[in-house]
Amino acid sequence: MIQLKINGVARSFSGSPDMPLLWYLRDELGLTGTKFGCGVALCGACTVHRNGEAVRSCVTPMSSVAGADVTTIEAVGGNGLHPVQAAWMKHNVPQCGYCQSGQIMQAIALLRATPKPTDEQIDDGMAGNICRCGTYQRIRAAIKTAAKESV
Amino acid sequence: MTAISNLSRRGFLKGIVGSGALILGAHYVPTLLWADESAPNRTQVDLATLHPNIFVGVDTDGTVHIVAHRSEMGTVIRTSLPMVVADELDADWKRVKVEQAIGDARYGDQNTDGSHSIRSFYDTMRQAGATARFMLIQAAAQQWGVPASECKTDLHVVVHSASGRQIGYGELATAASKLPVPKKEELQLKKKDAWRYIGKGMDSIDLTDLCTGKALYGMDVRLDGMLYASIEHPPVFGGKVKSYDDKAPLQVAGVQQTVPIDAFKPPCGFQPLGGIAVIADNTWSAFQGRKKLNIAWEHGANETYDSGAYEKELHETARQPGKAIRTEGDVDSEFAKAGPVFEGDYYVPLLAHASMEPLVALADFKDGKATVWAPTQNPQAVQAIVSQQLGISKEDVICHVTLLGGGFGRKSKPDYVAEAAVLSKKTGHPVKVVWTREDDIKFDYYNAVAAMYLKASLDAKGKPTAWLQRSVFPPIPSIFDVNAVYGDASHLQQGWTDMPYNIPNIRVENGPAKAHVRIGWLRSVANIYHAFAVQTFTDELAHRAGRDPADYLLELIGSPRTLNLKATGYPNYGASPDTYPWETGRLRRVTEMAIEKSGWGKRKLRKGSGMGIAAHRSFLTYVAAVVEVEVSADGDITIPRVDMAVDAGLVVNPEITRAQFEGAAVFGTSVARSGEITAKDGRIVQSNFYDYPVARINEAPYQTNVYLVESDAPPAGVGEPGVPPFVPALCNAIFAATGKRIRQLPLSRTNLARGVDSSRTQAANGRPWLSLSE
Repeated sequence: MIQLKINGVARSFSGSPDMPLLWYLRDELGLTGTKFGCGVALCGACTVHRNGEAVRSCVTPMSSVAGADVTTIEAVGGNGLHPVQAAWMKHNVPQCGYCQSGQIMQAIALLRATPKPTDEQIDDGMAGNICRCGTYQRIRAAIKTAAKESV
Repeated sequence: MTAISNLSRRGFLKGIVGSGALILGAHYVPTLLWADESAPNRTQVDLATLHPNIFVGVDTDGTVHIVAHRSEMGTVIRTSLPMVVADELDADWKRVKVEQAIGDARYGDQNTDGSHSIRSFYDTMRQAGATARFMLIQAAAQQWGVPASECKTDLHVVVHSASGRQIGYGELATAASKLPVPKKEELQLKKKDAWRYIGKGMDSIDLTDLCTGKALYGMDVRLDGMLYASIEHPPVFGGKVKSYDDKAPLQVAGVQQTVPIDAFKPPCGFQPLGGIAVIADNTWSAFQGRKKLNIAWEHGANETYDSGAYEKELHETARQPGKAIRTEGDVDSEFAKAGPVFEGDYYVPLLAHASMEPLVALADFKDGKATVWAPTQNPQAVQAIVSQQLGISKEDVICHVTLLGGGFGRKSKPDYVAEAAVLSKKTGHPVKVVWTREDDIKFDYYNAVAAMYLKASLDAKGKPTAWLQRSVFPPIPSIFDVNAVYGDASHLQQGWTDMPYNIPNIRVENGPAKAHVRIGWLRSVANIYHAFAVQTFTDELAHRAGRDPADYLLELIGSPRTLNLKATGYPNYGASPDTYPWETGRLRRVTEMAIEKSGWGKRKLRKGSGMGIAAHRSFLTYVAAVVEVEVSADGDITIPRVDMAVDAGLVVNPEITRAQFEGAAVFGTSVARSGEITAKDGRIVQSNFYDYPVARINEAPYQTNVYLVESDAPPAGVGEPGVPPFVPALCNAIFAATGKRIRQLPLSRTNLARGVDSSRTQAANGRPWLSLSE
């Protein structure tokens, strides 16, 4: 039995410890905001926070989140919008939107580690997250807005 | 020709007919069908108190319901079209509720493809809104006992200015619903200066949900008691299961059963590919079980398909005379003269869609009826293939359209939805089919691989006197007719038949190519390879003549004139040539705009940098792109800036439109940098983002500036037209930066490092026929 917290709620998981966190979130808890994109940590659509750090849930086995605090897109804004989500809306970032949960979770983690990122730091921090619609220019602008507004 | 008609209760009121459009080779006549009380699939619009047509309804509390009948995959179409209705209704956007339509022939065409949603339904949506407004005004006038001509609308109210009275839409809904629905001729559409939303734009109605994880895609749909399926498809197109052993998968925790799916009967169309499905309690168990399947395959005739050998064949065919599809003057006698002749071979490989959401569908077959939930661009095609596969009528297939996590044309082809339906019938449970990324890359309907040969004779100033162009590609119709080897008019038109230059002798040809994989539509389709060849060749001729490529391009476009392509049967994307003439003046204008805005020839560039230009019309929209590229000593490229000038006629939602062109530049970057699907022994080699890379934030253009031409011309496409000129503009910029000419895509085939002779790289790759000869 694996005990963990998802979005502040205590959970226990009794299935295969090899099962990736992604499928526990999606298929068992119905937290579908976290997306399946590639299954091998190449696209970032499944990004969640494990103890505040961005991880790719599609390759994060349940055994590695025992005792962890996991936050998903559904709860990252508390009862409202996280400043990064607000910046995303301000810049009209999403097109299809499928990758954006992962982009936002990654950007929040980036800004925690680097509150005022340069272009290069944004590239480094975000290069693991693919957006096939091509919203990168707006993602960059939104991250800069969020960085400015969280002063 | 699919003419959709319906005898409605108010049959005499039929009559609003949208502009005819040719979509993907199939003509259709969209007819606005007035409220049909007997329609089985009632919407909130149908149920509203006032519902003069199937697109808009008004409830007594003032809520305005609008149906979005097109699929939302990021173009914000399910906001932009309802916005047009709301504008003509003078409705308060805050009181509008948009409802996604199911697949239903009542709506006419629902295939959200071909960049035509606005252009085909703009008039229809305006008339839908204006009809409701007309009836509300009539109802208010009757209530007040004044002539309707003295009444007008303001935001969500009817106003009688003379007496200062006003009354809300909700209060009028019941009375208005008892009035006759006006004829189209009675409608007064708003004047442009009275528009509230059209041309100003609106954020997506889904914006908050998209940023908070609440948006529901096909991947997110759940039903009680549903099972999850992962399917092992035949690795070679057209292959079949010979035998299989499922002992090991059945040992995997959560796996319930395996189910064979029959191979398709050629032609494949949108039928399932066949294979073995592993059915489980959750997605991961289905994936795990599938890995343990042991299947013996009968691969069939395509087992010998090798993309390298095929590439060579295509080039050889392109060097042979083909079928002439446009002939002006006499290129042969011009070529026979003594002047210089220049020729080149170009190549673009198979491309995969790689939408972020892999293919997925949920189906529930019960009591002879199928209900499906799918991220589909084409719900009526879903009804057709599911009914055919299950042996039930189309009306017994209900297709709910979820949000799409990208589409790019792949989700117009509902093979994956048919799989879910077949499995639900076979298992007796709701089944959700989930494709892996590997499935998505390996079992796509690929954008065609193409070889192109161009030849021009030149005058003393280096201007073409004769121009021959020949393209060879396995055509999309091959999925419907196994013998189809020539391009069809609707794809040859895409930047090929309509080569717009002012040259006295022109011949456009097409040669045959047999398909060994499924070929399909991908964002901008044949325009991708045709624009690459024509716009690269143009740049080569400019450099050969020692001319500025932008000036030279303008000279070839020539003075403003209307192309007459009648003799070629040019389909003009299904639009009337009277409403949407091919105007070279508009192409010229966007080219001049891109030149000016980009600072062409005026900006100082860093070492290793260059600028390239290209111009192209597709989906009735004129686009010119200037790309600035920086190539490092090691041959890595970065794209600091892109300037795109766009004439798409009237633009309904400008900010969203700009985003489409920004995205097109990134999509084009992926095509150019690394887009290549190859096959060996009939099997697709690539499988995931490590070997089919798409552009990431550090590889995409840093800044794309989009300039929209202010225009009152009828609206044209915006989703696709940015891709075709971007790719050659980038490659032309690379030539400017490095002196290396890109004649084959993707760029990963060419070593751009300083000091490396790229023509030798090509020869080493076994493609010596790609060198230019003069």
